[in-house]
Amino acid sequence: MVSFIAYLINGLSLGSIYAIIAIGYTMVYGIAKMLNFAHGDVIMVGAYIAFSVITTAGMPPVVGLIASMCGCMLLGICIEKIAYKPLRHAGSSLAVLITAIGVSYFLQNMALIIFTSNPKMFTSIIPMDKMTIQAGAFRIQTISLVCIAVSIVLVLLLQLFINRTRPGQAMLACSQDRGAASLMGISVNGTISLTFAIGSAMAGIAGVLLCSAYPTLSPYTGSMPGIKAFVAAVFGGIGSIPGAMIGGLLLGVIEILAKTYISSQLSDAIVFSVLIVVLLVKPTGLMGKVVQEKV
Amino acid sequence: MKKMKQFVSLMLTSAMAAGMMSASVFAADAFYIGASGPLTGPAANYGTAVVNAAQIAVDEINEAGGINGYQIEYKGEDDELDSEKSVNAYNALKDWGMQILLGPTTTGCAIAVAEKTKADNMFQLTPSGSGEDVTKNDNVFRVCFSDPSQGMRSAQYIGEHQLATKVGSIYDSSDAYSAGIEASFEAAAPDYGIDVAVKCAFTADSNTDFSSQLQQCADAGVELIFLPIYYTQAGTILTQARMMGLDVKFFGCDGLDGMLDMDNFEKSLAEGVMLLTPFAADADDDLTKNFVAKYQEAYGMTPNQFAADAYDGVYAIKAALEKAEATPDMEISDLCEALKTAITEIEIAGLTGEKIVWTADGEPNKDPKAVVIQDGAYVSMQ
Repeated sequence: MVSFIAYLINGLSLGSIYAIIAIGYTMVYGIAKMLNFAHGDVIMVGAYIAFSVITTAGMPPVVGLIASMCGCMLLGICIEKIAYKPLRHAGSSLAVLITAIGVSYFLQNMALIIFTSNPKMFTSIIPMDKMTIQAGAFRIQTISLVCIAVSIVLVLLLQLFINRTRPGQAMLACSQDRGAASLMGISVNGTISLTFAIGSAMAGIAGVLLCSAYPTLSPYTGSMPGIKAFVAAVFGGIGSIPGAMIGGLLLGVIEILAKTYISSQLSDAIVFSVLIVVLLVKPTGLMGKVVQEKV
Repeated sequence: MKKMKQFVSLMLTSAMAAGMMSASVFAADAFYIGASGPLTGPAANYGTAVVNAAQIAVDEINEAGGINGYQIEYKGEDDELDSEKSVNAYNALKDWGMQILLGPTTTGCAIAVAEKTKADNMFQLTPSGSGEDVTKNDNVFRVCFSDPSQGMRSAQYIGEHQLATKVGSIYDSSDAYSAGIEASFEAAAPDYGIDVAVKCAFTADSNTDFSSQLQQCADAGVELIFLPIYYTQAGTILTQARMMGLDVKFFGCDGLDGMLDMDNFEKSLAEGVMLLTPFAADADDDLTKNFVAKYQEAYGMTPNQFAADAYDGVYAIKAALEKAEATPDMEISDLCEALKTAITEIEIAGLTGEKIVWTADGEPNKDPKAVVIQDGAYVSMQ
């Protein structure tokens, strides 16, 4: 029982990182109606920024986290302005999708050139002597609790932002009907940029948490978590923020439990099979809404 | 045109015959030993170590009067870690008059050249080609342990030194090197009183999170975790084990070599990690001290395990030649036949083992050695 709870906490911790990444996917999809496949690599860039600030420049972890958030925010806005915006009216949504894959490879290869393929050991934001919390028979990784707490706080803040502020309401409006929103005087371009900025800043946080929990940092660090988070977003119902949160947490727990109790080699296969089953039963995902096409 | 072709082939044949003749003329006064390995390119460290260390051994032997009264002529060639170029290097050495090959240094090249030595029936002793297939021809022997046998040797070391009785292993099932070592470790473990309580695999796609594997090891209460993997993943495992507050020993193979040089690796995490290795430059026996001193004097750096393998290789060839009472005027093929038998009858005391003997299938038999990481450096285990 004790070890089951330990696995569960590991799963929730991994899941909350997936959730933070998945929120980036889901927000961009909800508002810009595109799949930003470069999102996973933004995480990797964020982790490298934090690595450079914390380890190379010797600054405190908080500065690294803020630098990572700001850097990713800037990167996200640039990617949107340079690579996606010109294609927004390209007719086929495939064009943007392919561009996103191109951006993903561009970021990976830039990181390869700048930081080489040699993996770096990321210094955890948790100091060495506070890495474990001992509570009776329990031994919990501090970083797990930090991940879970950060993801909950982020989702609550985001919900407040969307429901209680004017820019948040503008985002909601854009996600429902972009044309009508612009007729109501909402700046669609500004709102989309804001969405990319928020999503990418969260990717920066995710990068720091991811590498603190799983300390190897390489140019490909972001790609697998990126794919898993995309799955989580679809799992929870793409476009829905609570859905991304629940999808991420479930995915993390399923992955860790499958790894432990079924097979550590089959865990990914099991995760993706669950996705297929969920989509067969509920094609819009767990929290997805069925939107009637109005002619 | 046909005439022309005939003429050219005649010229080539006579040139080859002349080459062979000159080789056998040379060969009468000394044993011609050739070595090959990458002297340039990404693996230059390996080949350079082999060629340099063999030179030290050859000089020592020549100074002491040679083999059966004959001196050794020695030459090293570059193969650039390329199997095609390793065959070119082999041909160049043969033109020079080579009778015995000490090389190539790496698995891929050793396999490519093994086809050539089989055709020529030349005796081949690779210092460090550890891939399983290298020694499949009966004229090929090696100084190092083969990849899979590192697993068996690890079990032997752990058992004989009573490091643990209950162990877990974490390995990469998508990598032949790792899976091979794990399989042979598991097979040999019961013979040395080791219980492999948990075995956890990971794959190339899931090699960043080891929390559940480590938790499984912790649940089973293992005393030691066997890591037949490469150092990148091992670094992650050590960090996560520290995060989880896990208190176990770690034991790995040559794949862990290089861990201390990783970018920003917290060296204190590796404190107490043990790894199987043929050679530790800090060992205090006279043979090692003498070798390390000579190598440092001649080449300005500390020799690695490849150097030690090559040094032992030259002495193995010497012992086998003496056992066979061979002379340099023997044909390459006759020499090979004599050495094939003789090498299984000798026992040498080398840098990589106190009593090294060989079996007819090309594998060495010697006591495994290990080093432990202390204060961020490798220290040989007692």
